[in-house]
Formats: sequence, C-alpha cells, structure tokens
Amino acid sequence: MIKFLFKGILRDRSRSLLPVIIVSIGVLLTVFLSGYFTGVFGDIIDINAKFTSGHVKIMTRVYAENKDQVPNDLALMEVGELKTKLNLEYSEMEWVSRTHFGGLIDVPDENGETRAQGPAAGRAVDLFSPESQEIERMNIGNSVVKGVIPTKSGEAIISDDFAERFSVNIGDEVTLFGSTMNGSMMFHNFIVSGTIRFGPAMLDRGAIIIDITDAQMILDMEDAASEVLGYFKDGLYDTEKAGLISASFNEKYSNVNDEFSPQMFKLEEDAGLDEYLMLADSMSGVMITFFIIAMSIVLWNTGLLGGLRRYSEYGIRLALGEEKKHIFKTIIYEAILIGLLGSVIGTILGISLSYYVQETGIDFSNIMENTTMMFPQVFRTLVKPAHFFIGFIPGLFAVVLGNALAGFAIYKRKTAQLFKELEV
Amino acid sequence: MAIIEINNLVKKFPVGKGFFTALNDVNLTFGEGEFTGLVGPSGSGKTTLLNIIGSLDTPSEGSAVVLEKSIAELTHKQSAKLRNQHIGFIFQTYNLLPVYTVYENVEFALLLQNMNGTERKKAVMQALEWVGLTDKIKSKPNMLSGGECQRVAIARSMVKKPQIVLADEPTANLDSKNSHHILQTMEKLNEELKTTFIFATHDEKVMKYMKRIISLKDGQVDNDVQINHSETSNLKL
Repeated sequence: MIKFLFKGILRDRSRSLLPVIIVSIGVLLTVFLSGYFTGVFGDIIDINAKFTSGHVKIMTRVYAENKDQVPNDLALMEVGELKTKLNLEYSEMEWVSRTHFGGLIDVPDENGETRAQGPAAGRAVDLFSPESQEIERMNIGNSVVKGVIPTKSGEAIISDDFAERFSVNIGDEVTLFGSTMNGSMMFHNFIVSGTIRFGPAMLDRGAIIIDITDAQMILDMEDAASEVLGYFKDGLYDTEKAGLISASFNEKYSNVNDEFSPQMFKLEEDAGLDEYLMLADSMSGVMITFFIIAMSIVLWNTGLLGGLRRYSEYGIRLALGEEKKHIFKTIIYEAILIGLLGSVIGTILGISLSYYVQETGIDFSNIMENTTMMFPQVFRTLVKPAHFFIGFIPGLFAVVLGNALAGFAIYKRKTAQLFKELEV
Repeated sequence: MAIIEINNLVKKFPVGKGFFTALNDVNLTFGEGEFTGLVGPSGSGKTTLLNIIGSLDTPSEGSAVVLEKSIAELTHKQSAKLRNQHIGFIFQTYNLLPVYTVYENVEFALLLQNMNGTERKKAVMQALEWVGLTDKIKSKPNMLSGGECQRVAIARSMVKKPQIVLADEPTANLDSKNSHHILQTMEKLNEELKTTFIFATHDEKVMKYMKRIISLKDGQVDNDVQINHSETSNLKL
C-alpha cells in the first residue's frame, strides 16, 4: 500500500515537485545559514581571542577597570613567576604575555627633522622565542605586505596604511614617542622591517608591532606586561573550561582588597562577547524554529491545495472502503517521504554551498573599512557534523505539520459530507 | 433472502434553521442477485438512498440493515470495512485515479484488503478480463475512452467480488453504444456472480435492462415493480 502511494507521489509531480522544492530550499537555507552563523560567530570569537582577549586573560584588577586607556603603570609585575605558576597549574593552556602601548610615530626626513607624525597603537608580542606561537596565532606572517617580520631587537613592523600615507620604506628609521611604565617620557628609534595589514581597521590604524623584550626595555617594564593571555592548546575555545580555570585562578590569586592583584577573565567577559556567544548558541535553534514555522505555513497551503486537488481521490478511497484514519496516515507517510527527499536534497545543496563559502569566503572588507569593531573581513561558513542532519528537523517537521493541518480538515468531516463535497 | 432491508427510513438534512427531508418513510427490501434501478427526478432521493445503503451516510430515523448490519449502529471503521469487503461503487464520472494505470486502479481495492501479491494479480486480471480490458493494463485513464474508463470502474468495483454494487448514473457520460456495452457487462456479471446491482438513473437505456424498477418521488417510494423488459415503456416515472 505504501509502495503504491509513493508510486503515485512520484508520478504526480504537482503533488511532489513543489513540496520537495519548498522543503529543499528551506533546508538549504537552514543548513547554509547555520553554517554561516557558526562560521561568522566563530570567526568573531576567534579574531577577538587571538588579538585581544585570549581564551582567558589576566590583568591587574585596576588595569582591567581602566584598560581602554592602556594604563601600563598599572601593569602586571613579576610576569615570569606568574607564567611559571600558570604553566604548572593550568598546563592545558599556553600562556603568553603581551603589552599594549600608545604614543606617536615620528617619521624623520634626510636631515633627521620630523617629516610626519601619526598616532601609534603598539603591540608587543613574543616574536623572537623559537617556541612562541604568536606569529602564527596573530597571522602576522600572512599579513605582511612588504618586507619581513622583525628578527632582531630594534626592528618594528608598522601598518601598511601608515607607511603608504607617510612614504615610509623598508629599512627606514622611525621614532616611537610615548611614556614608560613609570610615567617618564620615552623615545626610541626602530628600523622598519616590514609593513602589515590585518584587515580590520581597528587593528591596522597606527599599528606598530615590536618584540615584547624591546617593549619591556623601552617602557621600563622589566618582567612586567600589560596582560597575560591563555590559549587552549587545541586552539578551540571552551567556555565551561575557561570559566572553571578563571574561577579557580581568581579564588587562589585574586584579592578584592588589592587592586594590583591579578584577575583572570574568560573571553566573553573581557571582549563583551557574552551576547554574541549566547546568540551563536541559540542561532541554530532560532533558525530551525523560523524555518519550521515559515515552511509549515507554505506547506500547509500547498497541502491544502493538493488536498483540494485530490478530494476526488480521497472520496474514491473512502468509497472503496479505506478508513479516514488510514487516509490521514497515508497523507503523513507521503509528507515524511517528501520531507526526507527534500531534506536530503536541501542538505546536499546546503553543505555544498557552505563548503564553497567556507573555502572562498565572502569578502566584506570594503564595507568594513572604517569599522572599529573586531570583525573578520572575509565571512566564512563553517561546516560541522551537526549540519549534516540539522536541516532534517525543519524539513521533516514542517512538511508533516503542513500536511497534517491540511489533512485534518478531511479527517474532521463527516464521510457523507466529504463524499458530497468531493463531487463523486 | 433479503440482503438489504430498509424500514421506515427517513433522512433529513439541515437547511438553514429547518430541515430538508430527502427520504420519507421508505420501506424496501433487496434480495441477492437483484438488478434494480432507482429512478426518479433530481432531488427524489436516489443518491441519498444509495449513500445510506453504501454506509456513506446514516438514517435520521428508521433503519437500514445491509448484510445483517444496521447502518446506523456501525462505527466509522465498521462501515469502512463493510464497503471494503462487500460493496462496490460505480460513479457517473468514473473517478479513476489519474496517476495510476488501469491495472493499478483495479488493484487498489484489493490493496485495502491486504491480499497477497499473487492472489491480487490473479483477481485483477480476472476482473479486467470480465470487462475486456486485459490489453490496456498499462494505460493511464487519460489514454482511454469514456466507455473504457467506465469498464475500468466496473472492474474496480467487481474485483473484490462484492455482494452489492451501487451504481450512480453509470451511463450518464456515455454514448448509446458504450452504454449498452457497459450494461451488458454488468448484466453478465450479475448473472454469473449473483451480485446485487442497484442503479440510480434517469436513463431509459438503463431501465430496459432492469429486472426491478423502484420509482422515487419527493423522497418516497412511488412505485416498485418486478418487470419484464417489454413493460418498461409503461412505467410511471
């Protein structure tokens, strides 16, 4: 009987083709958008983690309160000892120290007089240690536009935009003006080893990157750093684990009465990404619900139209002795077949499209040129195992719900009334 | 022996705040192997009576007992089973399932009975042989003439060898030649299988084949005669 009915569905394209197309489109969109949001949110989290917040970040309590001002006079002290403890107690993470600093970059002419000046947003990271992952983590190698990454003390890599604007060439000397940790004036000459462009304007505006040992020397920050960042060694952020680690660290080392005591923050606490992460978590559910409702309405209508077209068939089947309950059941079986077929097609198309966008990405760099938020320039989807079945939820549910609603009208009618309406 | 007994049957349909009485105090019995016509003008209650005998509708008052089952007391499931096993329907507009072949249209009635494949095939082929359509088993309804479609409908109603066949204006859409062919086929099946045929019709061609004609007027039996075919022209319709 089921085989017989399925044969009918496949032969009658108006009964199968439109619903299959609708389900396929809905499933395709569900899979693709789910992959898209996973990818984009993942990238936002990733870019924030890599550049600013780490998976966890340690600062002094008072530095954390004023971090927008980059107050290096409130930086962490005895960082070496702290990192040793961290490596022992939280060995599942890699610990790195970074220092942020502000100031001016002065570009001299051939006589040593100021030719141009611009604001500097400096980052000092571990560029020289052989075991350091910072170059890979911050994608510095791939972001170099001209020249090379600094290989020795006294070298810096600067923003390509800055270099272009002020005609700074590789090998030129620039002077960095600023203040030390103790508040004294600081000025130091650096040789420009290369230029860099990360993409997000926030990272590129006035960027200058130097090795952390140079920063410690010029800023009088011996064994000090603005912050110590922790990264899970597998590279994947786990909010629960990060929460446990930060709670454990704060309980042991942080003291509310000591503003210079260290305090650990997990990624979303530091980067203000709590809502993004919650949204990322709930986005799939939101989309599935949305597509279930939208597709159900469309498929309900399609089912009603199909039901009207098939009134005569239902009447004949009633006359031949089929129960209304059985007719209703077959409507649901048909819906399941169409739902499965549409879901498979939609999933294949959705995964294919997601893979394509995962590989090629969608370049939003022109739109994001002036944004001050840490957004990736190229949005990419991310295909996860869940995307191979996520579309089946709206695909099956919507078509079954739509057909059930349509079939319910038939089920509720009295046989003779239906028979009359069927014009049999 | 009566296989259908109708006593004091009344059927009312709600119309606005009142009721329309489609059948009023109808008393009839039908025996095995009858070939009977229900005749009368539109609105006389022919189709309503067929629907009640076919357990598609229930009496408002009185009783209709079909094959020893009181139609009023049947559950939906029981009435479906009665139709499935014992009653065949033939319609004016054939009502074949358009996406299925001739063979599949006839087979459908047996699928509902869960008959096994071998028996089903044998029964379908036999039914198609009765109506002379074994050469059209793979054709779809849209490839058939009106007469052929109605023959498929007859095969579909007969394939389960029902005790009762209810035919509502079976020749209304057919030309004279096809009408006679259809009626001859049904007459032959009636004689061979002793199936009771009850027709609702206006068609004089049909009446000529009937062994009994019941005239209905305003929902009541106006006349009920066992006839010789030579008498049909004198019937009071």
